[in-house]
Amino acid sequence: MKVKLKIWRQPNARSKGKFVDYDLDDISPEMSFLEMLDALNTRLIQQGDDPVAYEHDCREGICGSCGLFINGRPHGPEREVATCQLHMRSFRDGDTIVVEPWRAKAFPVIKDLVVDRSAFEKIMDAGGFVSVDTGSAPEANTTPVKKQNAERAFDAGVCIGCGACVAACKNSSASLFVAAKISQLALLPQGKAEAQRRALNMVARMEELGFGSCTSTEACEVECPKSISLDHIARMNREYLRASFSEEKD
Amino acid sequence: MSHFLTSPVGKKFIMSITGIFLMLFLIVHLTVNSLLMVGPDAFNSAAHFMTTNSFIMVLEPLLALGFIIHIIYSAYLTMQNQRLRPVHYKKVDRWGSSTWPSRNMFILGGLVLIFLVIHLSNFFWKVKFGDLDTVMVQGTQMHDLYGLVSALFINWWWYDLIYILGALFLALHLSHGFWAAFQSLGWDNDLWRVRLKRIAYVFAVIMGVGFSSIPVYFLITSG
Ligand code: HEM
Ligand code: SF4
Ligand code: FES
Repeated sequence: MKVKLKIWRQPNARSKGKFVDYDLDDISPEMSFLEMLDALNTRLIQQGDDPVAYEHDCREGICGSCGLFINGRPHGPEREVATCQLHMRSFRDGDTIVVEPWRAKAFPVIKDLVVDRSAFEKIMDAGGFVSVDTGSAPEANTTPVKKQNAERAFDAGVCIGCGACVAACKNSSASLFVAAKISQLALLPQGKAEAQRRALNMVARMEELGFGSCTSTEACEVECPKSISLDHIARMNREYLRASFSEEKD
Repeated sequence: MSHFLTSPVGKKFIMSITGIFLMLFLIVHLTVNSLLMVGPDAFNSAAHFMTTNSFIMVLEPLLALGFIIHIIYSAYLTMQNQRLRPVHYKKVDRWGSSTWPSRNMFILGGLVLIFLVIHLSNFFWKVKFGDLDTVMVQGTQMHDLYGLVSALFINWWWYDLIYILGALFLALHLSHGFWAAFQSLGWDNDLWRVRLKRIAYVFAVIMGVGFSSIPVYFLITSG
């Protein structure tokens, strides 16, 4: 199949970028989106041009590095997939495909389609961990965990930190990411002890780093490759409000 | 606490609390308005009660404050959020992932505000500072507010249109605002999000149809 690509090219963080058009003629519908970009890069390298920089690692939807804004949507048109799991069969022969990096003040472009997502690491540093010593693996069933809570924690725990939620949000809010982390830990006994302080610190850090507030449009949940639920944002709000109004901050 | 008021969750808490307060006011307002369709005496007595009862008179400045805080915070919040994407996307497709009202709460709120200014100058101002005709209802002298309202809706068709549009914008604002307010307070979960969204649509339709039925009623009954 044939496709026309409009790709954001920007040599480095300081330079001004622009869209460049590329025509690809013999693309197989079975190719993944990244393999299609690899084919383009092979051609560019053979021509002596600078290949398109984009991030990728696992290519199986678990590392979260491959986020691209494709035809107006994070990770492209399919639901519940990361860009690496998107295939060319999701497009039609002759389609024009616009490929952009995540756009957010907190995610500055490093080169072409690669953005700096270290702001997420900084949010994690503010509380996305359990600092009490939980010892070695305990005897099963010594610490009972409600099945529903174990499942909800797991649902939050599958976040791969890709940043699609920020890219999708009209406010560039990281609420879904932060809520997933807060929820995952608040729901389990090991994380409960620090739940209040964690909520206060991670939300404060998110704001400092230039992410917006939540209007509850639900775009993040729909575009999240792991379908993390907005219910976790409600839990984050609960934890945060409870912490703000309680006398003793743990 | 000072940080609370500027934090992302705290700002939404303020929007939510003031929004819920304004929605409670709308319920009372629509209830009183529906008496316009019962008759002049019923409406005039209710309006007389609302302008003279001391409990309501205490609530009135609170209501104004609720509006002011909701509006100021909405502008503060929206402008701050808009600055956080300095470079825009070339192509954005949000139709499959979010509803139009949820993305345009500030525009809808702004349209409601424009309506509000017209509405206040039509009625509130005249009641407070103008001299209105008076009528006797069951031995009590009171303003003929019914006369003022019916004259406006019967004589000026474009006011009917403005009021119907105002109700429409409000309904769209509330179709998202109603459940978002509970999300901001942390109420939602897998069970309640679905329920609250359904209630939101029902509430929005009642408000939209309810408020616009009044100009429609006067248009129809006046022939
Ligand atoms: C009777 C009138 C009004 C009612 C009942 C009302 C109600 C609400 C409610 C319940 C919410 C949801 C709060 C939340 O998400 O937690 C909301 C949000 C909002 N309102 Fe209003 N509102 C009214 C008028 C206005 C006006 C006049 C404006 C502004 C000019 C406005 C601007 C907004 C904005 C921008 C939001 C969304 C905030 C965000 O981005 O998260 N509203 N409103
Ligand atoms: S919440 Fe979803 S969209 Fe956001 S970073 Fe995690 S996996 Fe990606
Ligand atoms: S490359 Fe790892 S998630 Fe796509």
